[in-house]
Amino acid sequence: MGGFSQAFADAFSLLWDFDARVFEIVLLSLQVSGLAVLIGTFIGLPLGACLAVGSFPGKQTAAVIVNGFMGLPSVVVGVVVYLVLSRSGPMGDFGLLYTPSAMVIAQVVLVVPLMAAIARQVVEDTWRQYREELAALRFGWRDTVRVLLHDCRFSLSVAVLAGLGRAMSEVGAVMIVGGNIDRSTRVMTTAIALETSKGDLPLAIALGMVLLALILFLNAGAFALRTSVMRRFE
Amino acid sequence: MASGFLKRLLPALILSATAMTVQAGESITLASTTSTENSGLFGYILPIFEKATGIQVKVVALGTGQALDVGKRGDADALLVHDRAKEEAFVAEGFGAYRKDVMYNDFVVVGPAADPAGIAAAKSTDDAFGKIADSGNAFASRADRSGTHSAEMRFWKAAGKNPEGQAWYKASGSGMGATLNMAAGVGAYTLSDRGSWANFKNRQDLKILFQGDPTLYNPYGVILINPVKHPHVKKAAAETFINWITSDAGHQAIADYKLHGEQLFFPLKAK
Repeated sequence: MGGFSQAFADAFSLLWDFDARVFEIVLLSLQVSGLAVLIGTFIGLPLGACLAVGSFPGKQTAAVIVNGFMGLPSVVVGVVVYLVLSRSGPMGDFGLLYTPSAMVIAQVVLVVPLMAAIARQVVEDTWRQYREELAALRFGWRDTVRVLLHDCRFSLSVAVLAGLGRAMSEVGAVMIVGGNIDRSTRVMTTAIALETSKGDLPLAIALGMVLLALILFLNAGAFALRTSVMRRFE
Repeated sequence: MASGFLKRLLPALILSATAMTVQAGESITLASTTSTENSGLFGYILPIFEKATGIQVKVVALGTGQALDVGKRGDADALLVHDRAKEEAFVAEGFGAYRKDVMYNDFVVVGPAADPAGIAAAKSTDDAFGKIADSGNAFASRADRSGTHSAEMRFWKAAGKNPEGQAWYKASGSGMGATLNMAAGVGAYTLSDRGSWANFKNRQDLKILFQGDPTLYNPYGVILINPVKHPHVKKAAAETFINWITSDAGHQAIADYKLHGEQLFFPLKAK
């Protein structure tokens, strides 16, 4: 079966012809996942840092829960967010179901635990090293969190990239809350699922290659940015 | 600095986010079936409708059972589905305001070209399903409460067979395409609507083995979600769509859609 060579040819022609529909789908994927990860960054990283340096009862339990939620199945998140956003659900009046906003909300729920768990580990490791110094400076926990988040910002980029990878590659949640509506809520992963269901496997793999190339490209960009910024600090 | 980069990125993302939610013109949400979406029918007729009325139809393609659930919750403005008994119950229970006939196509029984159960010689649909059950050859079922699944269950019952729990009965619990992929992969029989089959590319050894029996008739109806029950339903725009798809212009568009030169859906005149 020439499935793979056909897929390569298809992927190449998709990119070469700069198919407008594919471009729209790629753009929406970037917008939805980019926004979800941005919001996730502002929630997940501080949350992770607080879990690392805070001292409160149930801290260990909270850490275990956050770590466990890294494995939250996207389809479960999809169903829960669907029930919340549905017209018959608690947030139904906003009419958000089957819109890109619903997809952003679902992906925020997905990436926050992942980003928080990685941030917690990174910040905790650094905190152990500088615990004495920070205590000597008589920093309260808020200042400690702020200083550590700033000092760990390069390592924390891994948390952001992990979040982006998870958001861009998941299909379970966006399929349910977005509905895979043509020209409205169709993203890379739901388009791949659709082409698979039509039995057009070469096109599905071609789209998969475009998605993978995009994620690699974003990671390379983040890596280059990080290297150039770090060089300035040395 | 990284935060400076973020500050530049933030407005761009927020702008693009508002751009993706704010869309020009009116739109309605139509919960429909995978058969109408996968066969390419909507891709052909909806642009014609949008051009005539300026209303964008957002199609969420699900199984009929799931589409009816979405309608019950008020998450769509209209439904276009194919399970007449369930549709009529849906309207009778007050979830739908009314139902109208739109079009029909038919089911086909596909299977491995060697036809181990010999259904190509079957006299009726019931006979074909009986032969499949007796042969013990694999059969892939949608098993997802879709219109196609409902029809399949009717055929088993008419044939006097109960396939549930049998080793040869593969309940896929997924859409038509995924079920066809499964049938192609394991050499199973399956029941498909003609549209999904016509647009399905990963056929491998599968071919149509039984078709044309009157019981394989598959009518589609359109339902307006009851605005009394769900006041947010876009009644005016949804009725514009319902009136169009049941009008001569809508019927013409449906009849004009051809795949590989074959007409897949046939308009049903309202009585």
